[in-house]
Parts: sequence; structure tokens; C-alpha cells
Amino acid sequence: MLNIKNLHVKLEEEDKAILKGVDLDVPAGAVHAIMGPNGSGKSTLSYVLSGKNGYEVTDGEATLDGADILAMEPEERAAAGLFLAFQYPVEIPGVGNMTFLRTALNAQRKARGEEEISAADFLKSIREKAKSLKIDADMLKRPVNVGFSGGEKKRNEILQMAMLEPRMCILDETDSGLDVDAMRLVSEGVNALRDEGRSFLVITHYQRLLDHIEPDVVHIMADGRIVKSGGPELALEVEKNGYADLLGEVA
Amino acid sequence: MGLAAKKQDATEARLAALSLPSGAGWADAARVEAVSRFRAMGLPDRRDEYWRFTRPDDLNLPKAPEAAIFDPQEAPVYSDIDRLQIVFRDGVFDPEASDDLSLEGIEIERLATATTKDIHWSKDIYGVLEARGQNPVARPFAALNTAFATDGIVIRATGQVSKPVHLRYLHEKIDSDAILHFVIRVEPGANLTVLENGPAAARFNKCMEVDVADTGIFNHIRTQGRDHERRAITHLFARLGEESSFKSFTMTANGVLTRNEAFIELTGDNASAHIAGAAMGDGDFHHDDTIFVTHDAVNCESRQVFKKVLRNGAVGTFQGKILVKEGAQKTDGYQISQSLLLDEDAQFLAKPELEIYADDVACSHGSTSGAIDESALFYLRSRGVPENEAQALLVLAFLAEAIEEIEDEAIADDILGRLEGWLSRHRG
Repeated sequence: MLNIKNLHVKLEEEDKAILKGVDLDVPAGAVHAIMGPNGSGKSTLSYVLSGKNGYEVTDGEATLDGADILAMEPEERAAAGLFLAFQYPVEIPGVGNMTFLRTALNAQRKARGEEEISAADFLKSIREKAKSLKIDADMLKRPVNVGFSGGEKKRNEILQMAMLEPRMCILDETDSGLDVDAMRLVSEGVNALRDEGRSFLVITHYQRLLDHIEPDVVHIMADGRIVKSGGPELALEVEKNGYADLLGEVA
Repeated sequence: MGLAAKKQDATEARLAALSLPSGAGWADAARVEAVSRFRAMGLPDRRDEYWRFTRPDDLNLPKAPEAAIFDPQEAPVYSDIDRLQIVFRDGVFDPEASDDLSLEGIEIERLATATTKDIHWSKDIYGVLEARGQNPVARPFAALNTAFATDGIVIRATGQVSKPVHLRYLHEKIDSDAILHFVIRVEPGANLTVLENGPAAARFNKCMEVDVADTGIFNHIRTQGRDHERRAITHLFARLGEESSFKSFTMTANGVLTRNEAFIELTGDNASAHIAGAAMGDGDFHHDDTIFVTHDAVNCESRQVFKKVLRNGAVGTFQGKILVKEGAQKTDGYQISQSLLLDEDAQFLAKPELEIYADDVACSHGSTSGAIDESALFYLRSRGVPENEAQALLVLAFLAEAIEEIEDEAIADDILGRLEGWLSRHRG
């Protein structure tokens, strides 16, 4: 599904390399996790894949089902099935949550040559999905993320994911700022979407999230590269011994 | 020649190009008084405190600069709304094109007819509210209007008016110089909505005096544009009685020069005044809102909400004041003026003012100027919304607080559609 080869990325504004040759393959239906210390390039990888400004790809490639996503606009990547659950979801005053989701869903459908969803079908679907994430009608009506708590913002990300039904979901530190209950709710939302045609890349600092969203493969990222890959036990090792041990071993 | 002498010469030249309509009964005296008010103030120039942001040159010229006729190629705003339509062609009332002026709960007369009647309610308002609004800041074009208005309508609402009165302006001659004057009285308990739209003339000077009696309700919705070459100076004077309510919203799109002044006095306790504007300009665009709200009674509320979307060298200005007079306790005053600059060439000039002589009031004002929020734009795009649509969504979100001031939902939707249309035609 997602194939990244030798990806090199630097900041557009300064001569600072952040990703220094990332290789990663996430097959259809798989859940991969990326762990790593602060500043290792995890979030940069998620931004570059989703098309945020400010980064320059100096080498390598990234494809989604063979299509070169790095050549696409962010909205084209979304229509192609890529979704990033933001570490810091953005507040958009004046744009209602429902309007936002419906506009996004219909824009993606239009880009794929599909028909727009009817207002009734949309309402039915969003109510159902919001309910399982404990998002009430008031949160749906309010402007996007405005006045939402940290947990509400993350639940709102998962709601968007559930509504847009992407094939490749990247979760960027979705566990940050979540209490135990919220983490369970968010994880259940993610697990409900697990499907053989859908893949996940879960970026996190802590093993905790991976107790709830069980990964098939865990990668350790350090200094802009994937330095070690393994099964879920790798996450436990990080939890027990920290990154320093592991990185020392790699070096 | 000294600057003062220059100003005087320009003022006299402007006067010489106009002639006082005569034989119009009681209005004659009001007009003569207005001429002396105008002469005493003189035409504005850039050294006048409230004309520093806006060049008055095109308004000062004895003859109107030409303006091409604009064909919007779409149905005019308010088309779907049941309304009483009053049509003016280049500033002249057109009875043929207008609806029958009789309607329950309201009296509508042409200004020229009203002024010939010895006893007429509009006598106590014509030029009176305008003159009240000349202090502390001179508004010479309003005095000029009272003196030389060539046409106009007087409207008196006495009860529940079943539909809005729509003043529709048509522009047909490339050098027309229209001066229109409206007098409106909303009697106690009456409720009136006035709509305005259309290009009006090459140069348009409009003055509207609105007297809202105790418990009266007045709603005003105006659209200006998209005729690019018009020069417009408009004044809205309002006096509000006890427990009355006043709401005015203006949408402006394009125009090389538009200055909308308002002078609103809350003279009765528990009155409420809301005035809002959404303006959009691309390129050669200059839009000026000069708004004064005076609290002179207890427990009144006022809101000024002005938003401007500017790109490609467009200029927006806002001069707004909340004056709270001595004794106007429990005043709740709010003023916000904001611009969204879609590129680095656009310009927003603001002069927000608060002047308070009472000690138990809550007043706030704010003025901001900024670009589209890049992180919000990326967030929308990352969810699949194309860049143009995402930008339009954010612009409309920016304008929302002003649009919310439109009382009627159907009209608000109509206007929202116009804004969307403008945005789709003016993409970066």
C-alpha cells in the first residue's frame, strides 16, 4: 500500500536535513508503528506524506498503491485515500464541524468521480459514528475544534477518519494529551476501522497506545532513518530500556 | 494661494455647479440652511482628520467622473423576496418601474410631494438629523445632499409593514451625478425593513435620515457593487428612542471609491443599535466605513462589526467611534473591525476610538489585520478540500460575524451566495 524508498527531506527555509533515507513498506491491511525519540523525524515524515508546506524532498520516493504521492497536492493525496490524524488538530473558527466534514467528503467523492452524498445519508452516517466516539450533537455543530478539549480534538480526528474512510491512515501521536479513558475510546475507534483493505501507520512516543492498537510491525526511528524493525516486542523493549540502550546497540 | 483659500475655491466651484431646487415648500429653508452649513465646513481634503485615509478628490470635483455601465449578468439581489420595489434611474424616481407605493402600515411619498405640504411629519427630520450629525465631526457631503438632493422618498411606518421596502438604483448614463435623500420615521411599535441595491449613478451621494420612535424596529440591508467605477458617498443618520431596535448591514463588492458614513444616536433608554459591513475588493478598490455611535441614554447596547477582504492592492479603511455621554450608564458597546489581506499588496487602515464619560459601562473594541491562516488552509486541504474551496470557506468564516447581523435568513442566504460568487470570480 504505502511504499517509501530512501526518502530524504530537508527544511525548505534552511539547510537542515531531517529525513536521511527512510525506507518503509506498509502492506494492505497492516498496522505499523513508528517509535523514536524527540527530533527523530517522525512527525516530519507524516507532514511530508500529507503534503504540508515547508519541506523539500531532496531524494527518494513515496508511493501509495504505486502512485507518486509526493507529486500531488494535499487534497489529491486525501482523495487518493491518505489521511493524517494531526498531533495538533487545527481550530477553524466560523466553519461548522458538520459543514467541514460534508464539504471534505463531497470534495473527495467529486475528485474520484463519485456522486455526492445526500444530506440524509450524511446525517445518518455521522450521527452513528459520532455516537460510538461519544461526540454529541453540540460538538458536531460547533466550529471545527474550537473550544474542544485535547481529548475531544483527538476524537474528532478519528470521527473524520471514520467518515472519510481513507485506505492509508497516519496517526501522529494521537495518544498525546489523552487520559486513559480517552485513549481507550480513540483506540476503539481506530480498531473498528481495521480492515484488510486499510493500513495504519501509528506514530507514538510510548508503548501504551500500542497496548490498545496492536501493531504488526514496530519501527524505531532515529536521526531521520528507520534503524530497527521488529514485532510488537520491540515496543516493549523500548518501554523497558528506553531508546538510549537500543540506539547504542544499533550504533 | 494658501491652503484655506484653495479649499474655499474648491467649495465655491462645487456650489457653482449645482442649483437649488426651488418652490419645494418648507424644504427651501432647510436647503438654504444646509448650504450655509456646507459652506462653513468646506469640502474635505487630506488634512481633515477623518479624511486622512481616503482621497476625496473625485467627490470634490464639480462634475462627476465618468463610470462605465456595469452589467452584472445575474439576477439582482433580493429577487426572490416579496418586497415593495421603488426604482431610481440615475437618481430619478421612476414611477413606471416602481410598485404601487400604497401598502398597509406605511406611508410612502416622493420627497418633492411631501415638501409642498405645509404640515408634514418629515419636516421635523429632513436635514435635522443630518445637522445633529455634523458635530463633532464635519460631514460636508451630507450637508451638500440636504441642500441639493434632486429626488428622494419619505417613508413613515405606522404598524407592522407586511413586506420590505426595496430602494433599487439603476445606472444608465455614464456621467450621472445623483443626489438622493431619504427620510424615514418608524412610529412607536412599528416595524420596517428597508433594502437597497444597485449601482445608482457614476457618482452617488445618498443621505438617509432614520428616526426610530420608542419601541420601533428598523432593519436595513444594503448591497453595493459590483459596478467598479462608481464613486459613492453615503450617510446614514439615525436617532433611536426608548426600547427601539436598529440594525443595518452593508455588503460592498468592488468600487474605486465608496465611503459609507453612519451617525447613530441612542437617545432613549434600553435601545439597541447594530451596524455591520462586509466589503470585498480586488485591485483598484477603496472602501471606507466611518461609523459613529453615540450613547446618550441608560442601558443601551451597540455593536459595530466591520469585515473586509482585500487583495491585489485593494484598500480598506475603518474609522469607528463609540461615544458614551455622561449619564449613559449601563452602556454595552462593542466594536470590531478586521481585514483579511489575501496578499501582501492589500492595505487596511483603521482608527478605532472609544470616548467614555460614564463610569458604569462595558465597552470593548478590537481591530485586526491578517492573512489566511495557513495551518487551517492545510488542515482543510489535507481532508480533501481543494485549495480554492478551502480558501473560500475560510473567507466566509471570517465574514460570518458580520453576516450574522442580517436579520432575515433568506436575505442572508442570498447575500452569502453573492459573496461566494465574488470569491469564485476573484481567485488568486
